[in-house]
This record gives sequence, structure tokens and C-alpha cells, in this order.
Amino acid sequence: MDEKLEITPQEKQEIILRGIPASAGIVMGHAHIFTKHIPRVEEKVILLDDAPKEIERLRHAVERSEKELSKILSYAEQKIGNSKAKIFEAEIMILNDVVLFEAIYNRIANELKNAEFVVHDEITKYQRLMLESSDEYMRERTHDVEDVKNRIIRNIQQEKLISRFAGRSIIVSQSLTPADTILFSRNEILAYVTDMGGVTSHAALLSRSLKIPAVVGLKEATKHVQEGDFMIVDGYGGTVVLNPSETTIKEYEVRNKRYIEFEKRLNDLRDLPAKTLDGQRVELSCNIEFAEEINFVDAQGSDGIGLYRAEGLLMGRDTFPTEDEQYREYNLIAEKCYPRKVIMRTFDIGGDKVVSQAGEEENPFLGWRGIRIGLDRPEIFVTQLRAMLRASVKKNVWVMFPMVANVKEVRKAKILVEHAKSSLRSQHIPFDEEMKIGVMIEVPSAAVMAGDIANEVGFLSIGTNDLIQYLLAVDRGNENVSELYQEFDPAVIRTIHHIIKEAHEHHIPVGMCGEMAGDPVATLLLLGLGIDELSVIPTVLPEIKKIIRSVRLKEAKRIAAQALKLSTEDEVKEFLKAHVKRVSPDIPMSETE
Amino acid sequence: MIIKEIVIKNRAGLHTRPAAALVKMAAQFKADFYILKDDLEINGKSIIGVMTLAAEQGAPLKLRFDGEDEQAMSDAIVGLFERGFDEA
Repeated sequence: MDEKLEITPQEKQEIILRGIPASAGIVMGHAHIFTKHIPRVEEKVILLDDAPKEIERLRHAVERSEKELSKILSYAEQKIGNSKAKIFEAEIMILNDVVLFEAIYNRIANELKNAEFVVHDEITKYQRLMLESSDEYMRERTHDVEDVKNRIIRNIQQEKLISRFAGRSIIVSQSLTPADTILFSRNEILAYVTDMGGVTSHAALLSRSLKIPAVVGLKEATKHVQEGDFMIVDGYGGTVVLNPSETTIKEYEVRNKRYIEFEKRLNDLRDLPAKTLDGQRVELSCNIEFAEEINFVDAQGSDGIGLYRAEGLLMGRDTFPTEDEQYREYNLIAEKCYPRKVIMRTFDIGGDKVVSQAGEEENPFLGWRGIRIGLDRPEIFVTQLRAMLRASVKKNVWVMFPMVANVKEVRKAKILVEHAKSSLRSQHIPFDEEMKIGVMIEVPSAAVMAGDIANEVGFLSIGTNDLIQYLLAVDRGNENVSELYQEFDPAVIRTIHHIIKEAHEHHIPVGMCGEMAGDPVATLLLLGLGIDELSVIPTVLPEIKKIIRSVRLKEAKRIAAQALKLSTEDEVKEFLKAHVKRVSPDIPMSETE
Repeated sequence: MIIKEIVIKNRAGLHTRPAAALVKMAAQFKADFYILKDDLEINGKSIIGVMTLAAEQGAPLKLRFDGEDEQAMSDAIVGLFERGFDEA
């Protein structure tokens, strides 16, 4: 029997699955399939005499559920901090809903139905109402309600939740709730792999906080993977290789070794400046979302923070933080970074975070976002500006605006900055009078008008992710066209060239904070085009620094000039790749092509 | 019975935190308390019910109080709405 079941690894086909890299790291190991226990609920009639017993059973189940959730909450608080753990509070509140449970207890006693049926029926009614909502926040709450419902029913049925696994494993699941993610991390989890989810899903954010590599949004991972399958998870590239061949395993071992070696060589590289062989200094900084990330950024040898995304403050909450709450966070970041610089971006949110008069938008990417919300809701914007200004006392804070499309918006925003400043002045609250204001260039119209915008502000920062989407009219999230999202499209690099030239003609610095800034293939080009600052995710910083330190500016300029003449993305990419390999042969370039 | 018409003032509408504050305050009174939005009526003492409303800023709501301490309750609850749930 055993012999028949045994399948040698060679018999299984190597399958490459592509998803979204959610948390960095490369690991190899065996899959543990986690199938969410969806309790079976049958409608049963109970005897009148048994009703009190049934109600007692439910009370116990609710108590147990609350104990479970409190444990998860406190574990989450220890592991990821109080503010991020807040997402578990809503579920505990539902367990304490007197009205809900009175209705449930009454129905058990009057209709003489079993507890799990009544719980399921009552709570599902509310879920249906929530699902009717077009609000993204509401739909997320539906998951919390689902989790509570299943938790109670599981406890009525006295099934234990299996959250402990022997050995080291890669968790493969359709989706993971925040509770699953936290709970499983008490085991030796090598990685998380899920069918659903995006980079901003709660599970993705939590795995980053927990430093567990993760690839999400794989769509059909659970269809292909079987329990115990050997697999490689690449949290840098967003790839999962199932039943890898010897060659593939070796390839990834080499890549992983390179990453690890890079990390080891950090100490040598960390304190060295990002300077070309002929002495041109480039500012190399990091993108962060939470204050806790700064320690890691320090370890990578960063020149500062080139993009602080204030949206992290809004995670897991449904109201805007007060000025003081914001100030505490901004000030913490400014102090931790001092004397290095922090570029703070005002809230880059869509209409889903602020209740819009317009209701749901058909095309949110072309809708009410970023500075547009800031200018329409000056009370939110000015509160944030005051908090950022207050954090600028040590003169190491710059502030920039997202989603700017024209000069008029810049002027309006500047007026609001003046408002914020004069209100602080009249209250004798100190701030940096010369705090630099800048604009993120990510809308094509702003790219075209870069010179006029540069005339108004102290710096520009190129946000490539959106700029490329808007410029090429490609939604990267849309599978039918995502192939057309091409960083090295000649239109993209010529636009970047134009922005840099215009900024320099107006004597202001220009940086880049999109993903392209952290792509080793782009480094020589960007250097040659004259970029002043590159802000990247912390994990790739050493690679980029290494490339900068391996070339002369003169040579980079020559490479850039040649690249600008090419007319297809393939030509540009091949050309640049060849040069990077020549200049810095040991760079682990992504194998996505 | 007292019926009041109000409009949500705080920015994020009746999301988790304001919903919790509302339910907590309602629990301190004996009178029944119902919230009517469009054609949906929910018990104002139930967190899951209030969460279902997802009432956004500017949304008109009808509040219904019924019971011996209805006046005190109505004053307290309407006050909470008017202060925007004490959020900045």
C-alpha cells in the first residue's frame, strides 16, 4: 500500500505560480494546506425540556469564543503593537452584543431550534445587509462577522481549532483572516501562500509585521498544491514554484544565497555613501509606512526616508486621527531619523476612506483621490499639515502632495499650508518656517507641466507606479492588460527625462519613490538622467547602492543618452540589463522574464 | 415616545468606534431605542445592528425612544450625535 502511494518528486511536474509579493524572503519547504473550517449547520428541533441545556451550550460557546479572541488580541498586541491589533476588537464587541444574543436565546426557547442553527440564521441576516453596502469598509466588516459566527458555531459543536502544526511548514490557503495569520505564527511557519488578497490586505500587512515571507493573490494555488508538496516561495518576486526541478532548486538556492550574502555584506556597505566611482553622490533613502520600520531602514544604511506613507495611521480604524495623534507619530519618525531627512506625503487615499458626496465611483483611479480630497476637505488636510509642521521643528521634514494634476492645485495647497502656519504662529507653536513643500509627479499632466510646478515648490518626487499606469493607460491589476504595464516603455523613460530636466532648470532637486527606483535594471539609467534621490523599499537598498558605487557618472550618462534613443521597451530593457550585468555581475536580478 | 431627526456629523459616519460609543451610552438607559435609516430599522442597543447601518456623514437618521427615561435618553443620545461622537 505505502509503496503504491509513494510518488517520487521527479514524477510531479514543476509548476510556476505567479502572485503578488506581500512579504519579503525566499524559503523552501513542504506545504500544509489550511482549509478554513466552515461548520455544517443543520436545522434540528429540540425538546422543550432541552431548551435550557441548549441555551447553556451556547453560553459556553460564546464564553470560549471570547477567550479565544482575547488571547489572539493580546498575542497580536505583543507581536505587532497595540494599534495594529485593534482590528480584533470589533469581533469581541459583537460577542458582547446583548440585543443580538437575547434574540438568539429567545428564538431557541420559543422556536425550539438548535443553537447553531439560530446563531447562523440570526447573524447571517446582518451579514446580508452589510453585503448590500457598496462601502469597502463595510464589506471588510462582513469578514469579521463571518469569523465571529463560525467561531461561535465551532465552539457550540465543541470542535477544537487546530492552530498548532508540527514541524516547519508553508501555509497554503484560499484566504487567511487576520486571526489565522496571527494565530498560526506561533508555529514555525516558513511562509504564507494564499489564493486571494492583495498587498494591502490585512493578512499581507500582518505577515510583513511578523516578518514571515508571503505571496498572495495566486488565484489557484490551493487547486495545484497538495498536502506535503515541496515548494519554493519567493516573497521578493511574488512567485511560488511547485515541485521544483533540481535546476530550479539550485537556481533559487543561488538567489537566496546572494540575498543572504548581500545582507551579510551590509556591514561593509552600510556606512559607505551611495556615490559613483567618480564621486557623484546620490541620495539613497527608503519608503516606509510605520515608525517601527525605521530600525530596519537604519540597518540598511539609508540616507533617510524618501516617502513616508501616512496612510498607515488609518489602518484598522474608521475615523481620522486627531492632530495630536498624528503629531506624535510624525514627530517620532522625524526624531528617529534626525539628522537625516524625512519626506512625508499627505494622505493618499481614495473616496473609500472619506465618505464621498458622490457615492461609489465608477472609476476611482480617475476619481476623488489624494490632493483632490485634501482640497475639498480642508479640515482634514489642514489638521494633517499642522501635525507635520509641528514635527518639523528640527528642520528635517519635507512635505509633499500626491495626485497633483495642475498648477492651480499646487497654489491652493500652498495657501492651506500658509493657513496652517499662521494658525500655529498665533498659538506660538514652533515649527520650521522654511519647511520644504514638494509635489509627487504621478499624473501625466503634471509631468508635462513639471517646469511650471517646479516653479512653485521646493522639490519634486516621481511616483512611477501611478505615472506608468496613467501614461500607458494600463491598469496593472487588470490581468488582460497588465503585460502592457512596462516600466521601460520609451514613453516612460522620456517622460522621466523631461521631469528631471525641468526640475533642474528650475534649480530644485528631484527624486523618485515608485517601484522603478528600486529596480536594479533602472539604476544606471536614472543615475545618467540626473536623478538626485532614489527612495526604495529597504530590502533592495544594498543592491541599488552597490550598482551606484560600481559606475562612473560619465558612463551612466552615456548609457542613459543611448537608452533614450531606443523605440521599444524590449530594446531598452535588454540594453540596460546588459549594462547592469557588466557593471555589477553579482546583482541578483529578478527572473520574472 | 420621542422621535428625533438627526444628521451624522462626524467624518467617518457610524463606523466601529462611534457605533461602540453609541451602544455603550444607550445601554445606560431603560427605554427602547431604535434607529431608522431609509426603510431599515435597527435596535440602537445592538452593536452588530448599528454596524449594519454604515451611515455615512450627512446621512439623515430617525431616532425613536420609547420608555420611562426616554427624555433623558433622547437628550444624551442626540447630544452624542451633535458632538460628532466626541471625535476631532
